[in-house]
Amino acid sequence: MGEHIVKTYDEELSGLRTRLAHMGGLAEEQLAAAMNGLNGRDTALARNIIDSDEKIDELEREIEEKAILVLAKRQPVAGDLREIVVALRLAMDLERIGDFAKNIAKRTFAIAEERPFREFGSLNRIGRLALEQLKNVLDAYARKDAEKALSVWHADEELDSLYNSLFRELLTYMMGDPRTIGTCTHLLFGAKNIERIGDHTTNIAENIYFLVHGEALDVKRPKGDTTSVAHIDYVEK
Amino acid sequence: MSASAHNAGSAASLKRSLASRHARERRFRRLGMLAVISAIVFVAVLFSSILIKGAPAFEQATLSLHVTFDPAVIRIKPRPQRIAGQSPADFARRKRSWQRSLALVDWNRVIETALRKTVGDADISSRDLVRLIASAERFRLRDMVAKDPAIIGATLPVNLLASADVDVWLKGNIDHSLPDNRQQLSVAQRRIVEDLSKRGILHMAFAKALFLNVDSRSSPASAGLAGAFVGSLYMMLVVIALAVPIGVASAVYLEEFAPKNRVTDFVEVNINNLAAVPSIVFGLLGAAVFIGWFHLPLSAPLVGGLILSLMTLPVVIIATRVTLRAIPASIRHAALGLGASPTQMVFHHVLPLAVPGILTATIIGVAQALGETAPLLLIGMNAFVAHIPQTPLEQSTALPVQIFLWQGNENRNFFESRTSAAIIVLIVLMIGLNGLAVFMRQKFERRW
Amino acid sequence: MNVMTAERPVTDDKTPRRMVDREVADDSCHIKMTARDVNVFYGDAQALFNVDIDIADNEVTALIGPSGCGKSTFLRCLNRMNDPIRGCRVQGRLTLDGDDIYDPDLDPVLLRARIGMVFQKPNPFPKSIFDNVAYGPRIHGLASDKAELGEIVTMSLEKAGLLNEVKDRLDQPGTSLSGGQQQRLCIARAIAIRPEVILMDEPCSSLDPVATARIERLMDELSEDYTIVIVTHSMQQAARVSKRTAFFHLGKLVEFGGTDQIFTNPKDQRTQDYITGRFG
Repeated sequence: MGEHIVKTYDEELSGLRTRLAHMGGLAEEQLAAAMNGLNGRDTALARNIIDSDEKIDELEREIEEKAILVLAKRQPVAGDLREIVVALRLAMDLERIGDFAKNIAKRTFAIAEERPFREFGSLNRIGRLALEQLKNVLDAYARKDAEKALSVWHADEELDSLYNSLFRELLTYMMGDPRTIGTCTHLLFGAKNIERIGDHTTNIAENIYFLVHGEALDVKRPKGDTTSVAHIDYVEK
Repeated sequence: MSASAHNAGSAASLKRSLASRHARERRFRRLGMLAVISAIVFVAVLFSSILIKGAPAFEQATLSLHVTFDPAVIRIKPRPQRIAGQSPADFARRKRSWQRSLALVDWNRVIETALRKTVGDADISSRDLVRLIASAERFRLRDMVAKDPAIIGATLPVNLLASADVDVWLKGNIDHSLPDNRQQLSVAQRRIVEDLSKRGILHMAFAKALFLNVDSRSSPASAGLAGAFVGSLYMMLVVIALAVPIGVASAVYLEEFAPKNRVTDFVEVNINNLAAVPSIVFGLLGAAVFIGWFHLPLSAPLVGGLILSLMTLPVVIIATRVTLRAIPASIRHAALGLGASPTQMVFHHVLPLAVPGILTATIIGVAQALGETAPLLLIGMNAFVAHIPQTPLEQSTALPVQIFLWQGNENRNFFESRTSAAIIVLIVLMIGLNGLAVFMRQKFERRW
Repeated sequence: MNVMTAERPVTDDKTPRRMVDREVADDSCHIKMTARDVNVFYGDAQALFNVDIDIADNEVTALIGPSGCGKSTFLRCLNRMNDPIRGCRVQGRLTLDGDDIYDPDLDPVLLRARIGMVFQKPNPFPKSIFDNVAYGPRIHGLASDKAELGEIVTMSLEKAGLLNEVKDRLDQPGTSLSGGQQQRLCIARAIAIRPEVILMDEPCSSLDPVATARIERLMDELSEDYTIVIVTHSMQQAARVSKRTAFFHLGKLVEFGGTDQIFTNPKDQRTQDYITGRFG
C-alpha cells in the first residue's frame, strides 16, 4: 500500500504500530521471565515482573488515546479503519497477556515457600508453546501475514490439549502425594494463566486475519479445553 | 545559511527593491494623472471655446412695438364661413381666395407705421426703416390676423425680431469704426438703432426663433432649427424601429442558436468590420440603392434613417452580444435543466437580464447616429429646406447638416455665433441621451 | 458487515466486465436507469471509457472519484445536459425505465422534465422565490390555474425544507437568500416538476457544514420518493448518504457496489487507495 498524501497520517499510524510492537516485546519478555521465575523459584525476578507490568498498562493507555485521536481527526475508512480497530483490540489483548504473566509471577512467591518440586517438564512445555505462539502472532502482525496468523490460530488446539494433559498430570501428583497439593494447586493456576494467554494470542490471530482480509474468520474456534467437564476418578487409598 | 539569516538577506533585498518599486508606481501614477488632466484640459478648451462663441446667439435683438392693425391697410373681407347648401369645393375656393387677399396685404406698411410712431420724424427712408425688422416678421403679423381676424382695428404690443444686421451691430460683431461704405447699416439706420436701444424699445430677448423657426435665407435673423429637429427626430425613430429589433434578433441568434462554424465566424468578422466602415461609404450606398434603385424621395428622413440604421446595426449587434455573453452560464444551465427549450431559456431568462445592456447600446447607438453628417450630405440633405417635414417622406434636413449649412453661409458675422449655438444644442442633446443611457442602466441593473 | 458471497473477477483494463457478475444488494430493487458501454468524447479527447452501471430506483447512488475522472460528465449524460456542450459526443446506450434516452425521436425537453438537476453553485433565477419554483410547472403546463400553481409551489418548498423560512416572503428575489437556502430553493425548483430522478452535481461543495447537513437530511427524506444520483468530492458524504457508490478513475468505472462494502472493504486496490487518501 502506498503512503498517504498527508505525511503526518502515516506517522500517526506507524507510531501506533511501533508502540504495539514494543508492547508485544514487553509481553514476551514478561512471559519468558515468569516461566524462569517459576522454575528457579526466583522471588526477586518475580518482584521485577510485577513492577514491570506498569509499563505495559501505560502503553495500552497511550495506544488507546492515539487511536481515538486518529479516528477523530482522519475519519479512516477501509484498511485504515481496520488497522485502528485492530490496534485497539491488540492493545487490550496484550495488556491482558501482561496481566496473566504478572499473575504467573505471583505464584512464584507461593511455591517458594513450599517444598521443591521437580516435575516442571509439562509446565515448561506449555509455557514454551505459549511463548512461541505469542512470538509468531506478533511476527504475523508486523508482517501482516494472515497465513501465519491462521497457523497460530490452529495451534491453539495443541495448547489446549497440552493444558488438558497437564491438568491430569497435576491431579495425579496431588492424588499420589498430598504434600504436593500446595505447589500443584499454584501450578494449576499458573497453567490456567498460560492457557488464557494462549486464548488471547488466538484473539490477536483472528484480528490479524480480519485486518488483512476485511472479513472475520468465519469458523468456530476449536475449543479443546475439556477441563471444565473433566471427570475425576477417585482412587480410594 | 540558517533560516533566519536567509530571511534577513531576502528582507534586505526586498527593502532595496521596494524603493524602486514605489518610485515606479509614483511615476506611473503621475503619468496617468497627467494624461487625464491633459484630456480634461483639451475638452475644456474645446467646450469653452464653443460656449463662448455660441452663448451670445441665445439672445437676439428684439423690438417691442405697438402695432396698429389698420383696417385701411388690411383690407380684407371677413373669413368665409361654411354656408349650408354650399359644396365643399366651393367653400375651399372661397377660403383660398380669402387667404390670397390676406397675402396681398402690404404688411410692411403696418410695420413702417408702427416704427414711425416710435422714431418720430427721424430722417430715414421707408425702405431703410422697414429693413430694421427681420423680413420674415411680416408673415408673423399675417399669421396673427389669419388666426384671429378680430384683431383688425386693434393696437397690440408685439415683439418683432430685429434684422440680422441690427443684431450684429448691437452685439459688436462688426467693427463700429469701419467707414460707412463698408457698414451693413446706413447712417440713418445706425442712428435710430442707437436711439431705440437707449430707450429700451430695442433690447435683447431670449432667441426663441432659434428653436421654433425653420431655416431661412431671406431673413437670417429668423433662421431656426425647428425643421432640423423634426428631421432628426424622424430619422431617430426610423433607426430605433429598424436597428434595434434586427440588431437584437441577429445578436441573439448568433450568440445563442447559431452553430459555431466557419460561416458564423465569417459573419462575425464582417459585422465587426462594418462598424469600422467610413460613414460616407454608407452615404454612397444609400444614394445608389435607396434613391437610385428603390426610388425613394431624395433627402427624405426615411432614407436618412435607413442609412443610419445600417450604421447603427453593427453597434447594436456587438453590444448586445457582449451583454449576452456577460450573463452567467449557470442561469442558462438551470433553465435547461428544468426542461426549458433553448428558445424559452433565451426569452424567459437571458433576454430580460440583457435588457439594460441592450437599452444602453441602443441609446448610445442613437446618440452616435444623431451626430452623423457625411452620409446625409450624400442623399441630398444639404439642400436648403425651409419647412417642417410632416411625414418621413418629405424633404428635410438634419441637425448636424443644418450646422454644416449655417457654417457655409456667407453672412459670417451673424451666423458664426448661431452655428456655435446650434453646436451647443446638438452637444446638449447627445449628453442628454448618454445621461439617459447611464440612468437607465442604473435603474434596470439586476443582480444575479 | 456484509459478507459478499458473489465473487468478482479482478478488474483490470483488459478484462471485459460481465453482466452476471454484477453485485446486487438485494433482488427486490428495481433498476431505474441503466448505462451500457457508454463512451463520451470532447472533440478528440475521450472522457469516459465503456461505462456500465445500473441506477436503482428510490435509492441514493453516489459517484466519487478524483478531479477530472469523468463523474460529472457521466452525470450530465443521464439528462442529456451534454447536448448543448459543443464538440461533445455520447456513444452507448442509456435508458430510463428501459427506454433509450438518446433516441432521436425523444425530445430532451421532455426527458429533463422527468430527470431534474441541481448544480454545484446554487443558481436561483433572478426572480422572486415564488416564480423560481413556479417556472418549471408553468412551462410544462402542470397547473391548471393559479391556485393549483400556488399549491405546487408550497408543497415543493415544504418538501425541500424551506417553507417555514420563506413562507412570508415568497415575492422576495431568490438571490436574497443565504447559500444553503438558495440551494434548497434550487432543490424545490427541481422537485416542483415532479421528476422521477434527481441528479445532484456536488450540491454541497459551496455550503457550510450546517447547510450541508440539512441538505443531507433532505436527501434521506427525498430518497423515499425519488431516485437520486449525486456526484460528490467528499467521500464522507458519499459514505453517509448513499446506498450504492461508484468509483470513477481516469474515465473508467473502477468499482461499483454497496456503499457499506466499498468503505469498509473495497475490492479494487485503486478504490482503497483513493478512499484512504493515498492518491487523489
